[in-house]
Amino acid sequence: MKNCLVVDDSKVIRKVARHILESLDITVSEACDGREALSQCQSGNHDVVLLDWNMPVMSGMEFLQQLTATHSSRPKVIFCTTENGLGHIKAALDAGADEYVMKPFDRDTLESKLQIVGVL
Amino acid sequence: MKEIILTPAMRMLTELLEQRTGQILSENRLWRIETSLGPVLRAHGLKTLDALADAIRADASGAMGTQAVDALLNNETSFFRDAHIFALIGDQLIPAAMRHAEALGREKQLRIWCAGCSTGQEAFSIGMLFQNNRARWPDWRIEILATDISHTAIARARSGVIPQMEAQRGLPVSDMLRWMEPEGDDWRISPAVRGMIDFRIDNLVAPQAPTGTYDLILCRNVLLYFTAERKRALFSALARYCASGGALLLGAGETTIGLTTDFTASPEHRGVYRRVDPA
Repeated sequence: MKNCLVVDDSKVIRKVARHILESLDITVSEACDGREALSQCQSGNHDVVLLDWNMPVMSGMEFLQQLTATHSSRPKVIFCTTENGLGHIKAALDAGADEYVMKPFDRDTLESKLQIVGVL
Repeated sequence: MKEIILTPAMRMLTELLEQRTGQILSENRLWRIETSLGPVLRAHGLKTLDALADAIRADASGAMGTQAVDALLNNETSFFRDAHIFALIGDQLIPAAMRHAEALGREKQLRIWCAGCSTGQEAFSIGMLFQNNRARWPDWRIEILATDISHTAIARARSGVIPQMEAQRGLPVSDMLRWMEPEGDDWRISPAVRGMIDFRIDNLVAPQAPTGTYDLILCRNVLLYFTAERKRALFSALARYCASGGALLLGAGETTIGLTTDFTASPEHRGVYRRVDPA
């Protein structure tokens, strides 16, 4: 079974994502900011991270930069954010994000993005 | 599941759908009638399906019936739907069609028909696939005909504008950046891809839009709405427009077996059917 770390400061979004991911037979763990996510990535064995952009303590972008700098082999990273402008999308890809989901999203979108990054 | 009693109005609407499109609403899809027609009722200030049925009968122009039929059609689609099929098209079917065309001394142009294209994502996906592989096929052109019976779906496909939720469904973000640009909350297909496709309203029961023959025909997730008799007629039509050596792609769970001898299942690739040359 694949493992996904859902990183979002919104409890509602984490709950929705968990519901969708579990329906796709993916095991889910949660973090509510980038720092907590980094800590989980030290000990966890995640295949993919679903990552919000704007969060307190540490943003999604900072998380991705630190994860990339400290892990030679890291999980796939899919940004999942309301930051839907071209500038943000390009910056995310430049920083090494594997895919990008613009909120709002649905099950089909998330499933297809997981297929694109090879998790499903 | 709650049993749905077919009222005279519902019967009239399902018959109209079949008459205009050849499609039947199977028992497990009857629930769609009220849900799908809700927007049409609201747009015309009608309260019930009976009132809609009366309005369709009274409308000599037929426009009200067209709106109702459009609303009853299932326009579900997404970019690169069944990704392995598009990998097969890019890696195997297009190169094979090119080799075949070269062997026959034809010009470097392939013709593809997306039959039942809905709002265009399948045709746009083929356009993107071709553009992404330009370097592999530098001198080739691809002409795509995309047809659907739904006026609403074709109008949207022609506009090239895709709502955000649908724009990201199935589409790698790299392709989104390369072949689309934001337009308000929506995304617009680039002229390079949009310009490859001729979108036409057409009825698969008696196709008028195709001309000549096509190297590849995609008719996916359409047959499931047809009776066996309609499927046979459809296969005859598709065979007429499928080039010698050409291929037909059907949706998962759809088959030509037992319905036509004009196509034979490819032994290598599931969902691919080869045109059988007439004796």
